[in-house]
Amino acid sequence: MKLDFSGLESSAPLYGGNDNLLSDGFSDAPSFDLPVTSDFDGFQKNSIQMVKPAKGTTTLAFIFKDGVMVAADSRASMGGYISSQSVKKIIEINPYMLGTMAGGAADCQFWHRNLGIKCRLHELANKRRISVTGASKLLANILYSYRGMGLSVGTMIAGWDEKGPGLYYVDSEGGRLKGTKFSVGSGSPYAYGVLDSGYNYDMSIDEAAELARRAIYHATFRDGASGGVASVYHVGPTGWTKLSGDDVGELHYSYYPVEPAVVEHEMTEAVTA
Amino acid sequence: MECVFGMVGKGFALVVADTSAVNSILVHKSNEDKIMVLDQHKLMGASGEAGDRAQFTEYIQKNVSLYQFRNGIPLTTSAAANFMRNELATALRKNPYQVNIVLAGYEKETGPSLYFIDYIATLHKVDKAAFGYGSYFALSMMDRHYHPDMTVDEAIKLADQCIEEIRSRLVVAPQNFIIKIVDQDGAREHSWRRTTKE
Repeated sequence: MKLDFSGLESSAPLYGGNDNLLSDGFSDAPSFDLPVTSDFDGFQKNSIQMVKPAKGTTTLAFIFKDGVMVAADSRASMGGYISSQSVKKIIEINPYMLGTMAGGAADCQFWHRNLGIKCRLHELANKRRISVTGASKLLANILYSYRGMGLSVGTMIAGWDEKGPGLYYVDSEGGRLKGTKFSVGSGSPYAYGVLDSGYNYDMSIDEAAELARRAIYHATFRDGASGGVASVYHVGPTGWTKLSGDDVGELHYSYYPVEPAVVEHEMTEAVTA
Repeated sequence: MECVFGMVGKGFALVVADTSAVNSILVHKSNEDKIMVLDQHKLMGASGEAGDRAQFTEYIQKNVSLYQFRNGIPLTTSAAANFMRNELATALRKNPYQVNIVLAGYEKETGPSLYFIDYIATLHKVDKAAFGYGSYFALSMMDRHYHPDMTVDEAIKLADQCIEEIRSRLVVAPQNFIIKIVDQDGAREHSWRRTTKE
């Protein structure tokens, strides 16, 4: 977003050779012209489009006392067209590690499969399982080497290794973050709201699953690019298990059942004299 | 809206960085440590593009360690700064690293030193340096209140003033900051300045 720095401008350039002397020094963030007169709606639509995370999906994962909870929706969209409501966005890398898919489906599926191969090779070469740290680093390095070539991957690697539960966020820009709570995709801001307010490290597995399911449901409610089925997986010390897969439409009516409408005055036949 | 700044005091150097990891309007985490401990007596505060920051700083750290293994003595801060600059310069016209670095180090012979290294391979040895939108506030604060040979307490007080200024004046200010210090006892974490827990 272009901030208005006109009040700060000075004559002498601070860092030589930059067009916009007030930029951070980096290429400008995506920007658009502020509107002068009409078409405020277009401006509003453009501004929302600009800040919205691009990958049309909602995935989330968080660490709690009993392991890692991973959840995702299952909608694939191409612009305004819903191409599928039954996409598997939680990818099983190996029996104790899961990856989530956001961005290009092919990119995510291929590179997760590739990561699974590398993890297995590591196991065979070193006679021990690869750690979540190691697996995420392998993936991050591969994605970093393809930076700028158009890969679109926003994934979370969740697993249980010798150090306990592990969760990393890895994306195609080359970023890799270690954390306890992440959500990725166009519906992620909505999911974060529900996740942050309901999160408690000492939740039970059922409570955590319900929190994950609820967060995905709320994101699919508000985000057009997310929908379908909310799948919830749990990664524990013995590996991952799929806990549930509920259609979000049905979840809506289970959370908000239809109240019979209060009818004040029923229409009856006109009384004939 | 990442902020990194640093200053040299009497027998020590300080580096302060924000700890936010941001993607567009989303804050992924607010406790990301961006000040890497290069070796026993060097600190490297880095800000910039997500993948580049981690990859470049780790590459530098491993090469600095390699030098020490091969030669038995650690690199001087000046040598490390010039090595970093060279790497940035070599990559600049092909595949530039979008990382800005504040390098702080301490040597017994020359004392504390601070280096300003730009993403286009500018290198300056300085007393105080700052990067990011926060630099607009931190630089003038430091220019006004800094004097050579400050004590640790005075420097921390100045750093706090800069952080307060950034917090109150920058439109999307980072929530948490980390302060690291390097002196004759080594490079270590000094403290955090938090407004949020995570």
